[in-house]
Amino acid sequence: MTGYDEERIAELLRLLPPAPTGWVQAAQELPAARTEIAALVARAEADAAFRARVVADLEAALVAEGIPVTPSVVAVLRSSLETD
Amino acid sequence: MTMQTDSELVARCRDGEEAAWNELVERFSRYVYAIAVQAFRLSAHDAEDVFQEVFARVYEHLGRLRNDDAIRPWIAQLTRRLCIDRIRSSGREGPADMDDLEPGGYDESLAQLDEAMTVRASLDAVGEDCREILDRFFCRDESYRVIGDALSLPAGTIASRISRCLAKLKVQLEGRSGGPAPSGVR
Repeated sequence: MTGYDEERIAELLRLLPPAPTGWVQAAQELPAARTEIAALVARAEADAAFRARVVADLEAALVAEGIPVTPSVVAVLRSSLETD
Repeated sequence: MTMQTDSELVARCRDGEEAAWNELVERFSRYVYAIAVQAFRLSAHDAEDVFQEVFARVYEHLGRLRNDDAIRPWIAQLTRRLCIDRIRSSGREGPADMDDLEPGGYDESLAQLDEAMTVRASLDAVGEDCREILDRFFCRDESYRVIGDALSLPAGTIASRISRCLAKLKVQLEGRSGGPAPSGVR
């Protein structure tokens, strides 16, 4: 890779500001929530009425199960239910 | 200091290493954020949802990735698709092909971000002090005074340090080989 001058390097560095810290932390906490989400999804697979309630309000279902609600946890739950 | 390649990092994530997942999120967080906010100009609220959804899907589907070295283009494609879904569901645009909802110049923007990731990947090789000072000044937009206070350096020396570090990074970039390289650093 050649042809970079300092000005170009500076310009490229400016293109990647950090994402908000809270967003990054929430994404990093996904593995810790995985087991709890897996248990909830397994219950939803076995119980159609429960599944309907979960799908209707993902956040409420997480709260009811005592799982901390973060956007990433909600996203994983949604994705898990979609791929059932 | 040698950074792990993307495929090495993906392999560690697949083995269930929590630290590797943290590193993967760190490595690609700016990239996903930039695609959502700069290329697609999503609001902060929409961008956060897309950001979390991207990493949730990466986490869920990492095992299905056929080529571990291709994680960056995979993440880019995933982010693009989720940004378009978000624009469509927000009602700002009616039903249309995905390509119609893509902002003009998207391919060029993505190419620039890919190039920026390559530059970031070289930052670790120029040493912690340079990495820190260049990141604070160019990426975090901090003033000489703020940087000086944070790093306990006289503010009057910051400009010359930045200049030296940029020159060092330039040498590093020019000396890069063509082999697989990591996608970026913090």
